Amino acid sequence: MAITASGVTVSLGGRPILQEVDAQVRPSELLGLIGPNGAGKTTLLRVLTALQPADGGSVDYEGATARELGRTTLARRIAFLAQGGEAPVALSVEALVGLGRLPHRRPFAEAGDADRQAVARALALCDVSGFACRAVGTLSGGERRRVLLARALAVEAPYLLADEPLAGLDPQHQLDTLQLLRRISREGTGVVVVLHDLSLAARFCDRLLLLDHGRGIAEGPPAAVLDDARLAQVFGIHALRGAHAGEPFLLPWRTLENEKTTS
Amino acid sequence: MTPNASPGMRPAPLLGLLALAVLALTIVSMAVGYAPLPLGEAVTDLLAGQKSLPALVFYELRLPRALLGVLVGFSLGMAGAAMQGLLRNPLAEPGVIGISSAAAFGAVLAFYSGLSASLALVLPLGGIAGALVATVILFILLGRGASTTTLILAGVALNSFAGAATALALNLAPNPYAALEIVFWLMGSLADRSMNHVALALPLMLLGWALLASTAPALDALGLGEDTAASLGFDLGWLRARLIGGAALAVGSAVAVTGAIGFVGLVVPHLLRPLVGHRPGRLLIASGFGGAILVLAADIGVRLVPVRPELKLGVVTALIGAPFLFALVQRLRREAV
Repeated sequence: MAITASGVTVSLGGRPILQEVDAQVRPSELLGLIGPNGAGKTTLLRVLTALQPADGGSVDYEGATARELGRTTLARRIAFLAQGGEAPVALSVEALVGLGRLPHRRPFAEAGDADRQAVARALALCDVSGFACRAVGTLSGGERRRVLLARALAVEAPYLLADEPLAGLDPQHQLDTLQLLRRISREGTGVVVVLHDLSLAARFCDRLLLLDHGRGIAEGPPAAVLDDARLAQVFGIHALRGAHAGEPFLLPWRTLENEKTTS
Repeated sequence: MTPNASPGMRPAPLLGLLALAVLALTIVSMAVGYAPLPLGEAVTDLLAGQKSLPALVFYELRLPRALLGVLVGFSLGMAGAAMQGLLRNPLAEPGVIGISSAAAFGAVLAFYSGLSASLALVLPLGGIAGALVATVILFILLGRGASTTTLILAGVALNSFAGAATALALNLAPNPYAALEIVFWLMGSLADRSMNHVALALPLMLLGWALLASTAPALDALGLGEDTAASLGFDLGWLRARLIGGAALAVGSAVAVTGAIGFVGLVVPHLLRPLVGHRPGRLLIASGFGGAILVLAADIGVRLVPVRPELKLGVVTALIGAPFLFALVQRLRREAV
């Protein structure tokens, strides 16, 4: 039981974006999608959500294709958090989070008790219950990101695919958000998260998939994926490593260009 | 801006109030005219099948005028709200996709055929033909999976072409009187329309309204961006097709029977948005009623104002509508500070 992409190839405007990428999203697991800018992370996430058709390869959703499942079933199974913070600014936070219930509601039906409870849970999980009545436009950028994450959580789907959910968050809320994602993955949700912070990715994710120039370079436990050779080859950086209370960590320290010039 | 979002009214009471206002204005509209009409007597005679003078005036003049006010206003208001929701731009209005200009051009061509002098319905039929041709061209231009920008560009192209063609028709008008007649028709009016106009427009408008109303949940989701809306299970291509088709049917037939009545589709959704808690889906029906209220009120106004010849409805809606926009600009500026 998983979402499995096999040999996915995507070209946009004649330019290859993804080339024969394999990826698997498993329940109860936090998968980190990492790679430099332009590696194809967002496109892979869109293919997994069936927003972007693959030119080659296939995506299997627990034994069915996206077409077999249909839009509504797919929308109930996969919650998607888009990159960027597009949101209707005049809407209240509560109403915006309530949009996450649309796949569960019959058209034109009012929100039921189950919907209201799901919205309340999502607001509480993201620590935004305090401004449920505020207009989205009056929130800070970080608050808005958390509200948008709450919108995705309100779907209460078995899979959550989040594109850079930490962008614009302060350190406290970065840690809070990753702890939250880890927690819901422990409770059974299959979570994919696009991350740029390698320290956080190494610390929180169960598994990492490293993309570069549209190809899957490495896949596995963080310690195995983020070795010195790959950090140098893919990111062009050198990282410090250490351990705190038995937990290993890594800290991107300098680019290799700098190292050459300074040493 | 106050930190709390306006929660809006509950949908049922709001729609109930708006519907009551439409009903009241419809009755006022039927009571207002250039000669006193015993409304009660006219209705009783009509229902009894007696062709008395009051009954004839009521059925031939007052009733179609009031009904068309409701239908045209509802179409413009609803289509305006739908367009603003689809394009996520408060400046969008039903005319933005070029259907209204094409309908106007179709009617102008019908003028030229000369048939309109003998057959009153040639004009609206020409308008509807123009709207349909433009809709087909629009769908061909857009193809599958067109973006919002493509839609606006295609609309601009259609608008300019239909506008230029109409200007050409004026340019080539056989005599100044014909040109004047065209210009007057283009200004929009509900005067001297018959129940045949109602019968022609009503089925097309009902279909258009149904298509527009069906887009409500998808429009709510679209506020989160196209990817997110698609991830919530909405087919955006199908949404666009229904919305454009619905707007074309409703607005095309509105323009075909009354000429161009501006500002209704632009202003009404703005006024009602806070009352529906800024939900684009809920705004659709509310704006329909709001549009009917504005058009009926303006049409009552043109008959009460002692200016003859009668002011054209499109002129009056623009005169009423523009100050609303000025007020809106002021409010947005205050909120921006």
